[in-house]
Amino acid sequence: MAEPFIKLSGVKKSFGSKHVLNGLSLSVDKGRSLVVIGGSGTGKSVMLKCILGILQPDLGVIEVAGQNAIGLRGDARDEYLRRFGMLFQGSALFDSLSVWENVAFGLIQGRGMARAKARDMAIEKLGLVGLSADVGNLMPSELSGGMQKRVGLARAIAADPEIIFFDEPTTGLDPIMADVINNLIVDCVQRLGATTISITHDMASARKIADDIAMIYKGEIIWQGPAKMVDRSGSPYVDQFIYGRADGPIKMDVLKG
Amino acid sequence: MRIEDINFFAPVGRLVLTLLAEIGRVALFTKDALLVGLSPRYFWGQIGAQLFRVGYTSLPVVAMTAFFTGGALALQIYTGSSPTTAGTLVPSIVALGITRELGPVLAGLMVSARVGAAMAAELGTMKVTEQTDALVTLSTNPIKYLVGPRLVAAVVSLPLLVAIGDAIGIMGGYFVGTRNLGLNWASYLKVTAEQHIFEDVRSGLIKALAFGFIIALMGCYHGFNSKGGAQGVGRATTNAVVSAAILILAANFVLTSILFGAH
Repeated sequence: MAEPFIKLSGVKKSFGSKHVLNGLSLSVDKGRSLVVIGGSGTGKSVMLKCILGILQPDLGVIEVAGQNAIGLRGDARDEYLRRFGMLFQGSALFDSLSVWENVAFGLIQGRGMARAKARDMAIEKLGLVGLSADVGNLMPSELSGGMQKRVGLARAIAADPEIIFFDEPTTGLDPIMADVINNLIVDCVQRLGATTISITHDMASARKIADDIAMIYKGEIIWQGPAKMVDRSGSPYVDQFIYGRADGPIKMDVLKG
Repeated sequence: MRIEDINFFAPVGRLVLTLLAEIGRVALFTKDALLVGLSPRYFWGQIGAQLFRVGYTSLPVVAMTAFFTGGALALQIYTGSSPTTAGTLVPSIVALGITRELGPVLAGLMVSARVGAAMAAELGTMKVTEQTDALVTLSTNPIKYLVGPRLVAAVVSLPLLVAIGDAIGIMGGYFVGTRNLGLNWASYLKVTAEQHIFEDVRSGLIKALAFGFIIALMGCYHGFNSKGGAQGVGRATTNAVVSAAILILAANFVLTSILFGAH
């Protein structure tokens, strides 16, 4: 059996006395789309940041394509990061740059591509997410939330990465725009043949874009399986989350009057 | 009440530990800023943009501060001198005071309020909106892309601003001395020229170099370490200005001791 393309084993990360990841283990095969579901503060974003090296795990192993991903520096780190694209929850577009400069940023600064060529590529990627070339000259502040997400998606796929992370891709969007984004994600991922990890609360989004689903709870993966099996997971935690029930094994810290 | 609750040493110890931890974080950030931020490759576009923002756009503020300070200094020196000595004391002390102390210190404080605060606010907003994380995913080191150019711009701009501020400050003293106080203009210029002013200007420029570094370092450090949304960014901005101002005044004392202490 082939080794997983992305593999996390026993990853732990704490901030002071707060233990966010408690020995998290996860694997994603090449070309698969994994969606990680879980409540707020369960460690989803920290997990992605550990894989990217933005945060250093306290313990554990992270491997991408068989390569150790922890503690990389200099050229090795740059080379490692070139495999990735990421769509951030709030899009994280650079305010001071125009839309096309945002999309082309990784090509110009990260890969040293000439501006004119990078601009053409940026306009092409904007076209893939349904935005016209005119939008390229606007500033991010002139765009709606949905358009910003699409620009963020164009930026994430601009360099045709092998791995793409989607952090809450549909949060804050109306249901129609959320579905548009989901379709674009599926379309772009299929086109690139990329391996993806998405984190979301939105089950409609998860069902649409996932090949596999994993549930994170208290910093650990408590269930992972094919997306079509999520309704028959046999886990009361997964059932409570996907059906949005207040009662169940997951207790929310809500003070009652 | 337990004895631990009134233990005087506990809060003092906490304060000392917090202070030491902060000094350690600043030292590590300084190391990264110097080793990573100032090593090749250089983002020339960013350096140019920051030179414009730190240097060119600060010029009016520094010029006005210097002009009025030179004028006020002339008035105070005139008040403290006799009519026979005023003609010598006013131009010489204005030149000395502006070039050695007031020019670099006031320019440093004004630029820290203007530019240091803007750096902290901009980088703090980038931090809390994950733009700095986005840089990492785009294979761009945030320290190299954001901190390096700001350090270079501040270290280059401050001496230039102080040199211009020195000239305008002396002009302010000249303007008030000759127009308001009735001093002879030719004698004023002659006394100013005899002050071996270039030695004093050189010391001021050395100070400006250090102040530029402090302003950019504090602006970037507090911006990069801001957390918790708008309130966190506001706190970072305040901390950047306050810490830069204190460090500028402390560095000024140390540099004055080194440059003039033996005389």
